[in-house]
Amino acid sequence: MDTAPVTTTAETAFERPNYLNADYGWKSWLFTLDHKRIAILYLISVTIFFAIGGTFAGLIRLELLTPEGDLMGPDTYNRMFTMHGIIMVFFFLIPAIPAVLGNFLIPLMVGAKDLAMPRLNLASWYVYNLGGLFTLWAIVHGGVDTGWTFYTPFSTTYSNTYVVPTALGIFITGFSTIFTALNFIVTIHRMRAPGLSWFRLPLFIWSMYATSLIIMLGTPVIAITVLCVGLERVLHLGIFDPRLGGDPVLFEHMFWFYSHPAVYIMILPAMGVVSELVAAFARKKVFGYRVVAFASVAIAVLGFLVWGHHLFVAGESVYSATVFSVLSMLVAVPSAVKVFNWTATLYEGSISYQTPMLYALGFIGLFTIGGLTGVMVATLGIDVHVHDTYFIVAHFHYVMVGGTIMGYLGGLHYWWPKITGRLYPGFASKLSALLVFVGFNLTFFPQFILGYMGMPRRYWSYPPEFQVLNVLSTAGASVLGIGYLLPILYFAWSLKYGEKSGDNPWGAVGLEWDTPSPPPTENFYTTPVVTHGPYEYTRDDVHNRMTQEATIG
Amino acid sequence: MASTPLVDRHEHGYGAPHGHRHPAHQFETMAQQKESSTLGMWLFLVTEIMFFGGLFTAYMVYRHMYPVAFQVASSTLDATLGGTNTAVLICSSLTMALAIRSAQVNQLKRIVPFIVATMVFGMIFLGIKYVEYANKFHENHVPGPSFNLVLEDAQEAQAAAAADPLYQRHAEIFFSLYFIMTGIHATHMIVGLGILAVLIYFARRRKFDAEYYNPLEMTGLYWHFVDIVWIFLFPLLYLLGAHTH
Amino acid sequence: MAEHHQHPITPVRTYVFVWLALLVGTVLTYVFARSDFGWANTPIALVIAVTKALLVLYFFMELRHSTRMTVLTAVAGFFWLILMLSTFMMDYGTRMAVVLPVPGK
Repeated sequence: MDTAPVTTTAETAFERPNYLNADYGWKSWLFTLDHKRIAILYLISVTIFFAIGGTFAGLIRLELLTPEGDLMGPDTYNRMFTMHGIIMVFFFLIPAIPAVLGNFLIPLMVGAKDLAMPRLNLASWYVYNLGGLFTLWAIVHGGVDTGWTFYTPFSTTYSNTYVVPTALGIFITGFSTIFTALNFIVTIHRMRAPGLSWFRLPLFIWSMYATSLIIMLGTPVIAITVLCVGLERVLHLGIFDPRLGGDPVLFEHMFWFYSHPAVYIMILPAMGVVSELVAAFARKKVFGYRVVAFASVAIAVLGFLVWGHHLFVAGESVYSATVFSVLSMLVAVPSAVKVFNWTATLYEGSISYQTPMLYALGFIGLFTIGGLTGVMVATLGIDVHVHDTYFIVAHFHYVMVGGTIMGYLGGLHYWWPKITGRLYPGFASKLSALLVFVGFNLTFFPQFILGYMGMPRRYWSYPPEFQVLNVLSTAGASVLGIGYLLPILYFAWSLKYGEKSGDNPWGAVGLEWDTPSPPPTENFYTTPVVTHGPYEYTRDDVHNRMTQEATIG
Repeated sequence: MASTPLVDRHEHGYGAPHGHRHPAHQFETMAQQKESSTLGMWLFLVTEIMFFGGLFTAYMVYRHMYPVAFQVASSTLDATLGGTNTAVLICSSLTMALAIRSAQVNQLKRIVPFIVATMVFGMIFLGIKYVEYANKFHENHVPGPSFNLVLEDAQEAQAAAAADPLYQRHAEIFFSLYFIMTGIHATHMIVGLGILAVLIYFARRRKFDAEYYNPLEMTGLYWHFVDIVWIFLFPLLYLLGAHTH
Repeated sequence: MAEHHQHPITPVRTYVFVWLALLVGTVLTYVFARSDFGWANTPIALVIAVTKALLVLYFFMELRHSTRMTVLTAVAGFFWLILMLSTFMMDYGTRMAVVLPVPGK
């Protein structure tokens, strides 16, 4: 903040050496150690997997247009929802914000030249793709039909599908996230610029730090769990086999011990993005900064203590179910605190409704609905009825899609000028945001009703009285699909034809905005020295921003 | 004759970039680099704690459910071999610590011998493990279609059956855990041996000295951790039934 | 002499003493296991194992000379393991007794 901002016109920023034009050729990308280039490599990979996972979603919704199973057989349908879940969870939702936005922004936001371990960073991308290859191989050969949850003994003994390659793919990709998280934690601890104390860090960093803690502590458990599934299938080392006295519920415990914190891996980065967006587009520092920072860590810690709520009807003891129920309600508190604080930030802020802000506002509303329905299902009495129905499906899509994906898209739009030096087209982006919001609600709100009325999940056919809501849901999915397709198109378009953005088109305050857009390879020309906290917006910032507003979507 | 130092020795301030060693481009000082590697390695070890921890958790659950079967199954393991292996690993930890210390005090010629000693102990461990696995194979204690637990002592077999009629099936769970836990541990040992071999290569090229020995130290942390895992595996797997014989 | 170190160098003697202590611990755990102390066998074995682990952590892994952050990281890791163990037992320890059907009866 104290280094004089490098003032350039948009055109000259492009001619100056930046990380994009520093070197050309495929080798300079595939062997890069620059965290910014690695972020872009990840952007390409996660987008591809998102498209594949989305295709499976489309096929599911197509099948569910009619009550009878007519598009595909039941076994194939099982594979559809399994592959949709596996790809979306492990290959999109978990890596997207950390590996794309986190990789790009963390060194910039802490004032460092790169992450602590650049080679580990590149390795994590390759490992991610290797895991993805195993999973894609399994898909091409017919996929898996166990559900993304791999419950035993079906996955260990009775399923005739490619469980082992898929489990191996997940095992390998887990290391990718661990490498990334390790890098983030070391960077945030050891590489902050002079003067950048913990409580001067942007809230995005706090969220990424909390996310990284969860990754380090939780991912190894799913690694050993899927490894045991593989060993049981291949070597008959049966620890989940009921014929030997094995307990399938033990698998569920081990699986969910990671997979519940995993959902906080998915949502915390999005919350971090939203904190940044709300501050930038309300021109105001986030209300209750320290509380929000601590809430991130609280979510990470408490998130490890609630996984038993996935086992309420599976056979865990009533006593432990009660404890998990109470703790699950408790974990909603820090999330709610964040929603309150964002709202308080908006209050009396100078709000502008550019595309990133549309996504941030959408997030706040949709995440609230998802979170509240989470408290509902944390209630034992309700969960007994809605477990394994579409109510649950709607709940988690509200938080994962209405939450995480909105946060991801908002962040992509906000930082696109930083990453590429270009602006995306304003009208197309706002249209997409609207399509996403409308399409999303049309897809998933009917599912709350369907689930409450009793439609089970993972069923390929259903009673005819559920058809109207299913048709609405599929219609919504079509709209949502278009809403997701448009950004891919206009972002690609903007790379060549987008208006050059200048260093700080939003007039935002942050270390990442104190350097040119796109940044030079070494991020900063001189090491920044930080003298005050984040989000120091002044009246002048409001004035400057307003003169630029008209041209930016 | 006093060993001639391989590198220039000179006074310098703590933390200032100095001499012939430069930190990697993203770091400001060698100290920052070293602290980052140390923190990074410990974070990785935390993931290893949780990785093995999952297995220990499964072990704890099943031991709670099937105490008799676990005791009976454990008694078929050779506690003497297991104990010997424990001692072997402890020796390897000593030599590993001494290898690092040699770098710290600039006795650079001792680094490679100590690493070699560590590797020898490691290979002895794996050799004994192989013998144990072979024994289990011959006794039909490997889980799967050929699993068949027959206790030599008929009275013991009767007592076990009385306490837990399905103790043989539950024992198969014990042996599954035994093979998974010691197998993954052995895999970590093999990886460790590979890393040690690479360290020998770099040590012979004089890459390490008192100013820079991060890779030695990081490998040491990993090696000691693998030792700690075995320190827990030994009593939990081998000694459950030791008092019955 | 090297002045580069952030922490003092452990003397060889210390390492050897720790090594001996670990070997003694191994013998002890073996000897105790051969006797029947009933329910106490497991706690005894675990106490010895934990002591050995602490020796390795403190001396061989240099936790005694490490930064607070490093120590915190190590503690957090083991704490999380204990968390996992205890919360799992929260379920398994409170289940009703299940009488397994005996085949043939």
